Amino acid sequence: MTDIPILSLIIFLPLVGVISLLFMSSRTTIRWVALIFTVADFLLALLLIVSFDKTTPDMQFRETLEWVPNLGISYSLGVDGISVLFIFLTALLGWVCVLASWQAITTKIKEFMISLLVMQSLMLGVFSALDLFLFYVLWEAMLIPMYLIIGVWGGKNRVYAAFKFFLYTLAGSLLFLVGIIVLYLESGRTFDILTLMASEYSFEIQAWVFFAFLVAFAVKVPMVPVHTWLPDAHVEAPTAGSIILAGVLLKMGAYGFLRFSLPMLPDASLFFAPLILAFSALAIVYGGFLALAQTDLKKLIAYSSVSHMGFVTLGLFTFNSNGVTGAVLQMFNHGITTGALFLVIGLIYERTHTRRIADYGGLMKMIPIYTLFLGLFALASMAVPGTNGFIGEFLVLSGAFGVNIYMGALAIVGAMLAAAYMLKMFRQVALGPVSSFGGKTLWDVDRREVVGLVTLAVLVFWVGFYPKLFLDIVTPTLDNLLVQVHRP
Amino acid sequence: MDKQAILQSIIASSPEIVVVLGACLILIGSLFIKRNLGAWLTGTALIVILTAAAVSFWVINTSQAVFGNSFVIDPFALFFKAVILFSAAITLLMSGRYLEQENIVEGEYHVLILFAVTGMMIMISGLDLLVIYMGLELQAFSFYVLVGFRRKNPKSNEAALKYVILGAVSSGIFLYGLSLVYGVTGTTQLTAISSALTQNSTPDFLLILAVLFLLVGLFFKVGVVPLHMWVPDVYEGAPTPITAFLSVGSKAASFAIILRIFLNSMTPLAEIWINIVIIISVLTMALGSFVALVQTNIKRMLAYSSIAHAGFLLLGLVAGGDEGISSVMFYLLIYAFMNFGLFAVVTMMQREGSENNLIENYSGFASIHPGWAFLTLVFLFSLAGIPPTAGFFAKFYILVALIEEGYVALAVFAVLMSAVAAYFYIRIVMLMYMKEPIGKCELALSPAIRVVLGVTIVGTIGIGLAPVWFLTQAQSAVFSNVITLTSSFLS
Repeated sequence: MTDIPILSLIIFLPLVGVISLLFMSSRTTIRWVALIFTVADFLLALLLIVSFDKTTPDMQFRETLEWVPNLGISYSLGVDGISVLFIFLTALLGWVCVLASWQAITTKIKEFMISLLVMQSLMLGVFSALDLFLFYVLWEAMLIPMYLIIGVWGGKNRVYAAFKFFLYTLAGSLLFLVGIIVLYLESGRTFDILTLMASEYSFEIQAWVFFAFLVAFAVKVPMVPVHTWLPDAHVEAPTAGSIILAGVLLKMGAYGFLRFSLPMLPDASLFFAPLILAFSALAIVYGGFLALAQTDLKKLIAYSSVSHMGFVTLGLFTFNSNGVTGAVLQMFNHGITTGALFLVIGLIYERTHTRRIADYGGLMKMIPIYTLFLGLFALASMAVPGTNGFIGEFLVLSGAFGVNIYMGALAIVGAMLAAAYMLKMFRQVALGPVSSFGGKTLWDVDRREVVGLVTLAVLVFWVGFYPKLFLDIVTPTLDNLLVQVHRP
Repeated sequence: MDKQAILQSIIASSPEIVVVLGACLILIGSLFIKRNLGAWLTGTALIVILTAAAVSFWVINTSQAVFGNSFVIDPFALFFKAVILFSAAITLLMSGRYLEQENIVEGEYHVLILFAVTGMMIMISGLDLLVIYMGLELQAFSFYVLVGFRRKNPKSNEAALKYVILGAVSSGIFLYGLSLVYGVTGTTQLTAISSALTQNSTPDFLLILAVLFLLVGLFFKVGVVPLHMWVPDVYEGAPTPITAFLSVGSKAASFAIILRIFLNSMTPLAEIWINIVIIISVLTMALGSFVALVQTNIKRMLAYSSIAHAGFLLLGLVAGGDEGISSVMFYLLIYAFMNFGLFAVVTMMQREGSENNLIENYSGFASIHPGWAFLTLVFLFSLAGIPPTAGFFAKFYILVALIEEGYVALAVFAVLMSAVAAYFYIRIVMLMYMKEPIGKCELALSPAIRVVLGVTIVGTIGIGLAPVWFLTQAQSAVFSNVITLTSSFLS
């Protein structure tokens, strides 16, 4: 088992798919081939998470090859409890995205599937990289396919949204690069993440590098006030693009905090924690109010993401076991739930071609099964007990109250707002008088669409009722991380 | 000099001699060849280039200083000669179809390219300010004519005239600086200047003046602020392959001598010039990046992009040391691949008869020619410095050298300017992929252009994914080991 390079297989399988797609021209074949490769990748990820040793915080499935020895760069992979969870999430959303684009994408299908698969491979690489340089290369390279996915297959205002996404993220990541180089030189010219974690840096350096990292990660998360690219990108992106953005890309900012800022720069992290906590609470409340005011379905979910990701950063910077565990679980949950919500909205948009909430009404009577899923994911998003959101938010809140009672109180307000905007949206869309949609006939979800929805729904309840399995995976790693942060 | 030394000198300079003899052969041959003149010219010139390369790398690859220590063969020179010869070969391949379109298939074109190559090779190998000056002028004069080679085109004429006048002034300034250096130190030989400056601890006013004049003369050639005015006009007016050659070959040769003069002989005076270089580099990156945003002609946009890149390259000079030098060399090598690639696309987009270089013409390129559009996308992302392309590696290595020397604020400024610059590169990607095509879009394809695009794309992606070999070449070709070598010749 150990001598099979399973991480490399997971990363490169989508690229093999890209190469085989190049030789195909039939639309149906292209769709099926993309699906086969993403499903195969998912099975590999499943194998990875099943054979993952839950008892140790160490990196597992290590692979190391020299890449540029002159500069101390290597192709080094490995997973711990945090990354294995996100590899699973990414691989899962991969085939959900392919299914979501089955009918929604009508032009340049081949190019779209290629972009999707390249994106998939880069994202999986980001979560497995144990070399900071490799991490950066993959992290930055994601901009190219994502720019194209938004800009080519997006909505009316797609070009503007694509530019905004690209430039925001690029400006953030370039500072990240400078920070990386500073750490690299400080630690005696190595990019090995484990060595970088073990080194100690003076507080001054930590503070500056923390700031450089903060800019990059805050843009990705996104934290208020650098969140403004998100609503545009979400609204204009095609469904699959929105799912990737919400499900995986936003996680990468938080993953960056977990992987780099906290363990490498513990003193600066502790020092700046009140600031981050304040901005997180601001994001929770501000995002919630903005979501309440939206008239566009996708924008509503986009702002709810800002609010929910506020919970993640809030939990991370409490530095207690509950808060951090809750944050990681909340990241996973948000990927499932918000990914599902974008999928659900994408499905209805394919039928009605409108995203205005006011145009909808009485879906419950017309397409009940669809509405069932919409209601379920809306409930999960507002953290009703029994769904995944509840466990995550509960842990984060208990962590937050342990640190600062005001922060906890503000977060509670955010959680209440979530109930308000989700229920308001559901009432308008699903209940009330039936809207005619200009005579368009609506059809309920078909078998292809149900597969993705059911899988995501299963995970919603699984985490909701029996989170132990997921908590067991992350706990050793997080305990180790907290020891690292609080080291004397 | 005894017979032995003369013979050794001739052998050491044989690549330059090969190129000059080849140029003369083409000059005479072009009078007699009537059929397939274009193919014969390109073929012969390529053979000359290849012969010169073969002689450089297989016949005389031992480090030595000849002609009374004024001409040097060292790994540093060989590295840059490789870049120059590669650039010249690519330029020739790009030119064939272009010259036919513009109806200017004439032997002088190829001859002048070869003379320019000779000039650059002399510059690169020069270990004496006078020899460097001669090389500089030889390549400059060849370029003056080449820029104006589209005789019937007013823009081309205007560009040539501007280039001649401004170029002549800058050469004069360089020459004046050279004479001041001679006045102060009593020598024009670089190694001797270095030792004279080390002994003379207090830099006097004349020396400061001399450094300034040399800087101005050389900075004009690479086109940095405030000496960049000629760049957009010359780039726009010159035949496209010549623009590409100018922006890669001429820049590489000029940077080679900048490195050799300032990071070798003038290191004792670093405190005088380093602040000037920092200010100039900041201004150059800012101006290049911001002004490129509003260009509508792709050649002018690439001119400003090339200015911005020159500003970034100066950071390597600021960093100094082995790493600074090798990072500039590595950057120039990668720049050769990605910039030539994009210029090949620009050449290809030429419409019959006249140049039509509006950026708008790229609208919908991806729907008509998906394959070529993808290549263009890679070149653009590489120029913008987005991984996993080679352009990212180039920028990364310069930043490492810079931050190692403690210039973190400068590095932050540089990356922010890169973000600005990214905008105008990806704007073209946007046009290609996200807009509908306007009008017909025919490509001037030829087997030679395909070869150019193939080589450059392989380089741009390949060096990005597997940079080790190229990086090792750049790192081992740094000239610090040469100083000891030449001083042993002196003793």
